[in-house]
Amino acid sequence: MIRVVLPAHLRTLAQVGSEVQLEVALDAAGRVTQRSILDALEARYPMLRGTIRDQVTQQRRAFLRFFACQEDLSHEPPDAPLPDAVASGAEPFLIIGAIAGG
Amino acid sequence: MSGVRVLVGTRKGAFVLTADGKREKWDVAGPHLSGWEIYHVKGSPLDPQRLYASQSSGWFGQLIQRSSDGGKTWEPVGNKFAYDGVPGTHQWYDGTAHPWEFKRVWHLEPSLHDPDTVYAGVEDAALFRSTDAGLTWQELSGLRQNETGPRWQPGAGGMCLHTILLDRADPGRIFIAISAAGAFRSDDAGKSWKPINRGLNSPFLPDPAAEVGHCVHRIAMHPSRPNVLFMQKHWDVMRSDDAGESWREVSGNLPTDFGFPIDVHAHEPNTIYVVPIKSDSEHFPPEGKLRVYRSRTGGNEWEPLTRGLPQRDCYVNVLRDAMAVDSLDSCGVYFGTTGGQVYASPDAGDSWSPIVRDLPAVLSVEVQTLP
Repeated sequence: MIRVVLPAHLRTLAQVGSEVQLEVALDAAGRVTQRSILDALEARYPMLRGTIRDQVTQQRRAFLRFFACQEDLSHEPPDAPLPDAVASGAEPFLIIGAIAGG
Repeated sequence: MSGVRVLVGTRKGAFVLTADGKREKWDVAGPHLSGWEIYHVKGSPLDPQRLYASQSSGWFGQLIQRSSDGGKTWEPVGNKFAYDGVPGTHQWYDGTAHPWEFKRVWHLEPSLHDPDTVYAGVEDAALFRSTDAGLTWQELSGLRQNETGPRWQPGAGGMCLHTILLDRADPGRIFIAISAAGAFRSDDAGKSWKPINRGLNSPFLPDPAAEVGHCVHRIAMHPSRPNVLFMQKHWDVMRSDDAGESWREVSGNLPTDFGFPIDVHAHEPNTIYVVPIKSDSEHFPPEGKLRVYRSRTGGNEWEPLTRGLPQRDCYVNVLRDAMAVDSLDSCGVYFGTTGGQVYASPDAGDSWSPIVRDLPAVLSVEVQTLP
């Protein structure tokens, strides 16, 4: 199980708690990636489509960042493998909203 | 007894204000969709319980919400707004070519003929339509692909399509307006469009009478006279009697002809309302006095409406989609301010009182007249 932590507004939108657990399909090399996590998240919670990455360009929204294992993974390619601790569920994949605005 | 439901979009959520036909005692429900910018909420004229809301955020992008119970509960529907084909470019602020990029939905206009059909005016300017109650959206790309499209330019608020007027008598006719491109008309249900800006004068343009480039803030129409349009432009209040083929200024004795909203009395097609604002860089009422101006002559001759409105130290703005009228026998007029007040007049503007005073900044106001 992959663990994903969403920002507060998206928890409200998806009607979930602080953390969701997902079955994520592995890529051809048997790895978990940003893309595979977001695909699984949007499949289970369709109302999140377009809120984390643009529906057309698939680009991460500028005011959101991805963290795991105390690393900023926001600028990693979407098909790069995520740390083993995320793939095993030992550590969550964190989707963080910028602390900005009113 | 009949009543009204006022749908208010604010910077931090939607509010639903209801009253009976006297419009004296109000129930305030909300915030719905709390914490998000609600650019617009509007109900279907065919099914008043069916509402559509544009919900957006700088963090999370655009959502569309739908209610089937008059705004008590909401469900997210489709939010994929994909331009048809290769979007091409428009002009950026500095005149360079800039690619069309979807940013948000400014205005939702439910169809007059089908509760499952709704139009969306978006930034960067384009018109979308859903025929499945908001689940999926298709661009009516003839507008964006108008030959003038590459010359369109954003206003300060972005290149937004903010006004959609549907003609009850002619389903093929649609008027739209874009800041800062101007007004456009389709006579074939949105397949093709023509700019309708002849007579507009914008001194900031290299050609003040250009075919496109005018910062139209809002247009309004009475359903019984679809060829008569009223416009609040960046500066100037304008009128057309030929479905936009030509315009003439009707600012008359207004203290300033800058402003954002304009609306028409529900039963008097020649009675119109504006809220004069001091200037394009001073978005507040002149002299700190919040005044709605009413013309009973379709323009030129205006009277200030002040009873119940603050007449000192008032420095709020009224945005383009933040005024509406109900259709009770004594026409009600409503508007919301950037200071969070929503004012109502149950007597066509003669007197006003606040329904609420302390909402987040109001982005839009619509009214439903309920049986």
